[in-house]
Amino acid sequence: MPIMNMIEAINNALHLSFERDPDVVAFGEDSGYYGGVFRATKGLQEKYGTERCFDAPICEQGIAGFAFGLALYGLKPVAEIQFSDYMYPAFDQIVNEIAKSRYRSGGQWPVPMVIRTPYGGGINGGLYHSQSPESFYTHAPGIKIVIPSDPYEAKGLLLASIKDQNPVLFFEPKKIYRSSKADVPTDYYEIPLSKARIAKEGSQVTLIGWGAIHHVNMDAAKLAEKEGISIEVIDLRTIIPYDIETLDASVKKTGRCVIVHEAPRTSGFGAELSATLHERNMLHLHAPIQRMTGWDTHYPFSFDYEYYPNPKRILWAIKQTLEF
Amino acid sequence: MAKAPKLPVHQILDENGELLKGASVPDMPKEDIVELFKTILKVRVIDSRMFKMQRQGRIAFYMATQGEEATHVGTAYALKPQDWMFPQYREHGAAFVRGLTLQQFINQIFGNSGDLNKGRQMPMHWGSRNLNLVTISSPLGTQIPQCAGAAYAMKIKKKDSVALAFFGEGTTSEGDFHAGLNFAGVYKAPAIFFCRNNGWAISTPFHRQTAAENIAVKAVAYGIEGVRVDGNDLFAVIDIVRQARERAVKGNGPTLIEALTYRLSSHSTSDDPSAYRSEEKDDGPWKLKEPAVRLRKFLGNQGLWSMKEEQDWEKACEKELLDAIKVAENTPKPEMDALFEDIFDELPWNLREQKSQLITFLKNEGKR
Ligand SMILES: Cc1ncc(C[n+]2csc(CCOP(=O)(O)OP(=O)(O)O)c2C)c(N)n1
Ligand SMILES: [Mg+2]
Repeated sequence: MPIMNMIEAINNALHLSFERDPDVVAFGEDSGYYGGVFRATKGLQEKYGTERCFDAPICEQGIAGFAFGLALYGLKPVAEIQFSDYMYPAFDQIVNEIAKSRYRSGGQWPVPMVIRTPYGGGINGGLYHSQSPESFYTHAPGIKIVIPSDPYEAKGLLLASIKDQNPVLFFEPKKIYRSSKADVPTDYYEIPLSKARIAKEGSQVTLIGWGAIHHVNMDAAKLAEKEGISIEVIDLRTIIPYDIETLDASVKKTGRCVIVHEAPRTSGFGAELSATLHERNMLHLHAPIQRMTGWDTHYPFSFDYEYYPNPKRILWAIKQTLEF
Repeated sequence: MAKAPKLPVHQILDENGELLKGASVPDMPKEDIVELFKTILKVRVIDSRMFKMQRQGRIAFYMATQGEEATHVGTAYALKPQDWMFPQYREHGAAFVRGLTLQQFINQIFGNSGDLNKGRQMPMHWGSRNLNLVTISSPLGTQIPQCAGAAYAMKIKKKDSVALAFFGEGTTSEGDFHAGLNFAGVYKAPAIFFCRNNGWAISTPFHRQTAAENIAVKAVAYGIEGVRVDGNDLFAVIDIVRQARERAVKGNGPTLIEALTYRLSSHSTSDDPSAYRSEEKDDGPWKLKEPAVRLRKFLGNQGLWSMKEEQDWEKACEKELLDAIKVAENTPKPEMDALFEDIFDELPWNLREQKSQLITFLKNEGKR
């Protein structure tokens, strides 16, 4: 099995889906000739032509609306928004159109598609190249949200997203685009959506995260282990609809839980998970669920370190649940 | 295909540094021409040094404006201090003409405690309330309707001022471009929309951005004036912006200016142009047409500039720059409070709590 980084794995998944399904098309700003600013669509135009892989004018609402039209007619668009920070001009198309089309038409006009977009901080990108906007979209019923944590995951989850019959927002943790490496089979494989992954089993505290944060959680679990604390680490993978069974079972087992994300705390997806897990597992919990998240601020250029959750802070939250 | 009306390209100084037949230099003192040329050269010194600094890992990011300097240096000169500018990011010459100091510019890049933005933004996001330079924001095109709004405010306050937005040709594809022009047209706002058509939006060439023959023609649909200018001709830029300003303050409405220029540099420190364009075929012809070449010839012919002066000036710029960098590197980053301030005018309970929690964490992490 070759070792790939996340960009290579995503690129490989796109090539495989282009090869298998002539209805798959990919486009976005700089996605065609250049192959994308992160080179995720590299080689697609060269191999499959400008009809299937093309540059979009700089217009995010155009990209999302155009994808809607392609999907209505039966193609399978895999659109790219260059940075998730720049997806907001497309908010109306995503929230009012893409999310609602199946429902408002009585099921006549579903729009299965994938919108891929790099997201997340930890890269000295400041306000507009660091955001983690996933929770905005969790509030719009009708869109699936998937976030991979490594190259193997990225390929399998992207192929499953392309196959899925619903619109999927696929957030790619750009911080680990090149640094995260894994053995990735060159053949086609899917990782089912809505299945969380128990990355490490443990008995005392459940630690939930996704994307680049998953690795910070693994480091935090190591720190905790050194102090004799046993942590179960869960990579959520699909944010909507999430795998409640795996979460419930883990929380029932450990009785303690910490949720970590980069996005600001207020109305971050941790709030939703915490509320739901409290409601369903109240009598099994030994302590209130803790959140370790980005601050309720914008993402500041000069304070990347101060902003980003790190293993020590996560360990602190873990101890809060143990010392309650 | 419907044929767009052919619009002439306003030009005064040709590529050999000669005035076009019947054309004359805009009304300005000779010393000012020299000063503006020196600003162009200074911007070049800064751009090439900052690029190297990024490669050395001393700054996070940079964007150069090589080849496009006349568009913004000329525009800023044609405006008055009370006029507002809404830049995109590739217009630092305008900032210097308006009065932003080199130290302020460099401090912003370093995001240190001397940065007017308190270290919050990536490099190339300068701005100064005192100088009527509206602080840059990364999302493309957002400044265009904002500029229309500011211009309308100037109109209803009966001020002798205009608001000008800079943007690239790629940005004209954004919805905000169309919203801004439409609003400005409807309200006859004293706005100037200055498009630097530099041929490229990262890797995407002009002809894949729009099927229109040019950008200026888009003004027609919004009922506003649309004009084209040779963006590498400092004199023509000054002239056309002055005309647009005059039109605006007289109550005759906004103007869309399309300045034809070329991005000789890469988009930023993050891309590799050799993967999408040919230095020889694409860039080659424009190297001959860039603004410094023709100004140098013009000033040389007038006896106003010599190669000796140029060498001395570049050395002086280099020294000033290195001094500014040294100061910036030795200036500490802003106090941690700046992370939580300015979300609102005052800190609500959650930010107060989070701030004290962060202080505890930083102590625990040996960072305080
Ligand atoms: C809303 C939005 N979408 C995408 C981007 C990413 N982006 C930054 S610069 C750029 C190209 C802009 O090209 P142009 O307007 O021609 O300006 P130039 O860089 O040529 O000066 C893109 C796509 C962004 N900053 N904002
Ligand atoms: Mg451009």
